[in-house]
Amino acid sequence: MNLITLEIAVAILALAILLGDLWTPAPQKQKLGYAAAFGLIAIFSFSFFGKTESGLAFNNMFVMDDLALFFKRLFLLAAIFVIFIAIEFADRIETGIAEFYSLILLALTGMLFAASSNDFVMVFVSLELISVTFYVLNSFQRNRLVSLEAGIKYLILSALSAAFLVFGIAFIFGTTTFTNFSEIKSLLMRSPELVTQPAFLVGILFVMVGLGFKIAAFPFQIWAPDVYQGSPTPATAFLAIGSKAAGIILLLRVLFIAVPQVAAQWDKLLIAISAITILYGNLCAIPQRNLKRLLGYSSIANAGYLLLGFAALNQSGFSAILYYLSGYLFAVLAAFLVIAIVTRGRDTEDISVLAGLSQRSPFLAALLTLAMVSLAGIPPLAGFFGKFLLLKAVVEQGANNFAYYCLAGVALVGVVISLYYYFGVIRAIYWSKEPSDLSPIHISLASRAVLFACAAGMLYLGVLPDRMVKQTQQAVQSLQIKLPVVEVKKVALHP
Amino acid sequence: MNSILTYIILAPLVGALVALLIPRNYRFVIRSIALLATFSSMAFAMKMFFFDFVTGSIGREQLTQKIPWIPSLGINYHVGVDGINVGLILMGAIVAFAAVCVSRDIKTYEKEFYILLLVMAGGILGAFASLDLFFFYFFHELALVPTFIMIGVWGRGENKNYATFQITLYLSVGALLALIGLIALYLQLPVDTRTFNIVELTKHFKAQPMALAAQQLIFPLLLFGFGILVSLWPFHTWAPLGYASAPTATAMLHAGVLKKFGLYGLIRIALPLMPEGAKSWLHILAVLCLGNIIYCGFVAMRQRDLNMLIGNSSVAHMGFCFLGIASLTLIGITGAVTVMIAHGLLAALTFALSGYLYRQKATLDMDKMGGLLRQIPFVGTALVMAMMAGCGLPGFANFPGEALVLFGAWKAYPLVTALAIWGALVIGAVYMLRAIRSILHGPVANEASPVVDPISLWRKMPYALLLGFLILFGFFPRLLTDKIRPSAQSIVEMATGQLKVTKVEAVPAPKPQPKAVKAQ
Repeated sequence: MNLITLEIAVAILALAILLGDLWTPAPQKQKLGYAAAFGLIAIFSFSFFGKTESGLAFNNMFVMDDLALFFKRLFLLAAIFVIFIAIEFADRIETGIAEFYSLILLALTGMLFAASSNDFVMVFVSLELISVTFYVLNSFQRNRLVSLEAGIKYLILSALSAAFLVFGIAFIFGTTTFTNFSEIKSLLMRSPELVTQPAFLVGILFVMVGLGFKIAAFPFQIWAPDVYQGSPTPATAFLAIGSKAAGIILLLRVLFIAVPQVAAQWDKLLIAISAITILYGNLCAIPQRNLKRLLGYSSIANAGYLLLGFAALNQSGFSAILYYLSGYLFAVLAAFLVIAIVTRGRDTEDISVLAGLSQRSPFLAALLTLAMVSLAGIPPLAGFFGKFLLLKAVVEQGANNFAYYCLAGVALVGVVISLYYYFGVIRAIYWSKEPSDLSPIHISLASRAVLFACAAGMLYLGVLPDRMVKQTQQAVQSLQIKLPVVEVKKVALHP
Repeated sequence: MNSILTYIILAPLVGALVALLIPRNYRFVIRSIALLATFSSMAFAMKMFFFDFVTGSIGREQLTQKIPWIPSLGINYHVGVDGINVGLILMGAIVAFAAVCVSRDIKTYEKEFYILLLVMAGGILGAFASLDLFFFYFFHELALVPTFIMIGVWGRGENKNYATFQITLYLSVGALLALIGLIALYLQLPVDTRTFNIVELTKHFKAQPMALAAQQLIFPLLLFGFGILVSLWPFHTWAPLGYASAPTATAMLHAGVLKKFGLYGLIRIALPLMPEGAKSWLHILAVLCLGNIIYCGFVAMRQRDLNMLIGNSSVAHMGFCFLGIASLTLIGITGAVTVMIAHGLLAALTFALSGYLYRQKATLDMDKMGGLLRQIPFVGTALVMAMMAGCGLPGFANFPGEALVLFGAWKAYPLVTALAIWGALVIGAVYMLRAIRSILHGPVANEASPVVDPISLWRKMPYALLLGFLILFGFFPRLLTDKIRPSAQSIVEMATGQLKVTKVEAVPAPKPQPKAVKAQ
């Protein structure tokens, strides 16, 4: 497999879907969705065959390593499920369903490039590719005011965060004269005084603002609930996993490949952001009645859990992030697919649409329950093991800094709060007082298969975690967190 | 070779899997599977307890089995028994079987109910058998979550939803606190020797005691984490309401078996690994346990609802276990484990009986009942015996346990012990006897709804089974104490950091007096 085979294949698939749209009569357009999905499945399985080359390309802007490959598979898998959600959702998109599929594929291309970024220019380009496609995806239901509102909100805030990102990159380039991660890293080794230079640090901080927006971390989380609620469900699902994972991989690469020295001294900042994000997301989720809005706040809380791995500043934290994301993928996509099916023909996404679901379709009820239980972090599902790994990584650091014990405490408080609203969803499924509609729900074969895959994924990652743990441990080997700050200061003092 | 423990754990879990595949309208088949699964688990447990387990002088783990599960993190499926958990596993398996037997009244979502019940049973037995920290916690959570769902779906009473949320939040907080403590414990080992293996951990900390600061930090985490799970006063408020709202089988399994997980964790992990932490925290535990025994005893006295009374008395009984642990003597710990087993059988029996009464009368308000002994001699007698066992009458397993605890604690905490004796003998007797008077004696209340005993021998069996073991261990506490003593001794040696434990024959022979009970 060549270095950029996956990217090229996905881009070609996206263009092929666009072209195919020209010759496909309107009633047949659903087939384009299946074509996209099966094309992606082929690409996904291809990524497992043959020896993958690893190395740098495009003047060291692009890197292919285990970490990149891990995230590429994650993005591909997420996109496959999202396409199936889109097929399920197609009846609610009046025109241009082919463009919808192809935009998902283009966003996926951006994510694949993000996974391989080794240069701030690459970071910007891939993020823009993701953001611009999402402007369109979020406002795709042109006749629904909320969808347009979501698109506009996302556009404005995303543009603002992109501006921060560019500004930060400019600062970094100005102080280091490089945009390449490897060059910046070796420069930091050579001249450690940079680590304390304000302009450089402001640059890194602004880049973190831009990426923090993508993963919906506090204080850049404000868009998430509105946009999640208003966007078409497939777009929301892709935002929740794809866009978030892209932010995570970029943040990992920037902090722990380009500037590990800076990251090492920002432990308090990371702890604070993580703690506040967890509390904000979980507390705000409590009163929500709209399912997608609830998942929006839950996604903020999950961003907080993922940041635990960053704050832990150790290898086990990084591998825990990867593990947690994989488990999160299955849970959140199962939840959105069930929501897409249940809200068909309904005008509402209120939690009350779940009333009587246990009688209308025990299968969907069981799947949504599994997803909520996994998100809540209860064994034997994936969410439990992911949270276990994250907490373990954080407590590991507790001996060095007591703040980590407090962080673990906050995370636990968050988990307990989250039980309340996740169980609220389960309660709505099984114990609703007056289910008005008891008509059985038809589930297409493809959706059934996807839901089975999600359930299998959640169970597999929860019960037999060994293989995946090994893979994540191997993937994060390129990330470094030395603690050179102490030595650096010594060196800086002597001359 | 597979350890018999694996069969004990797997039988209910496999049963749950099989039940999952059966269509929901084959109700009889699903119930039979549940019965068969828990029965075979119980049969294996009895074989293990009476035949396979070697009662020796050294308290080493037996019948172990180890399967690498997550080698990259050093997590193994590792089971084994020693004197501490062998009785608990037997008790858990018996209660699980009895719980399935009395679940006849479940009429909605039967399939889900039995699946959850079996998962819960498998989880409990797994937690007690595990010698790996991760699986120890994993199995406990596996059992805990069905509890919440079962109370929420099949629970009864107006406060069902409130009770569900309360028990969910309380127990999750407790479990997560304990989880943090366990992870911190694991991280105390040097990086290259890190293991979740409890045996290895014990060996390591025996050779090199843990740093003092770490002990002072981790011990309270485990103490209060596990304490919440066992309804340590003042974190007990979830228990009475939760049990009053729970379906019978759930209350039996949780109050009887699952709750003992916290005590087991304290005895198995917290005491031996952190002797210094124990030294500075156990006297606090000794004071708090009075809250359980006396405060909750008084609360139980005021209850008019039978289930609330039993729930509060079950919280009160936990005080004896805490006192035994706090005493940190061979006799005290042996007594605490005996009380755990005895109370497990007792709590299961009382909740099963109250569940039977509720099914017959549709209320458990003691003011609305009366004279039931004349209408239902079998259930009435069983209830009298259970209540008597609850006040610590000799002849039932609770008596040797409580007596041992009080003997063990006398030296370290004379005042606390004196108060506990008063609490047990006076307060306990008052509310138990009052309950007997208002439910079973007096004029027959509300003639309109006739109450009947279980018709067939088969339906009487679960109550007789629990009662039988309660009496068996009451007359022959040696069956338990001989097994417990060697293991308790090694724990006490580690926890006190010295080897000067006097060899005391830890078995006071109780006077058999069952006739006096039946005469009621």
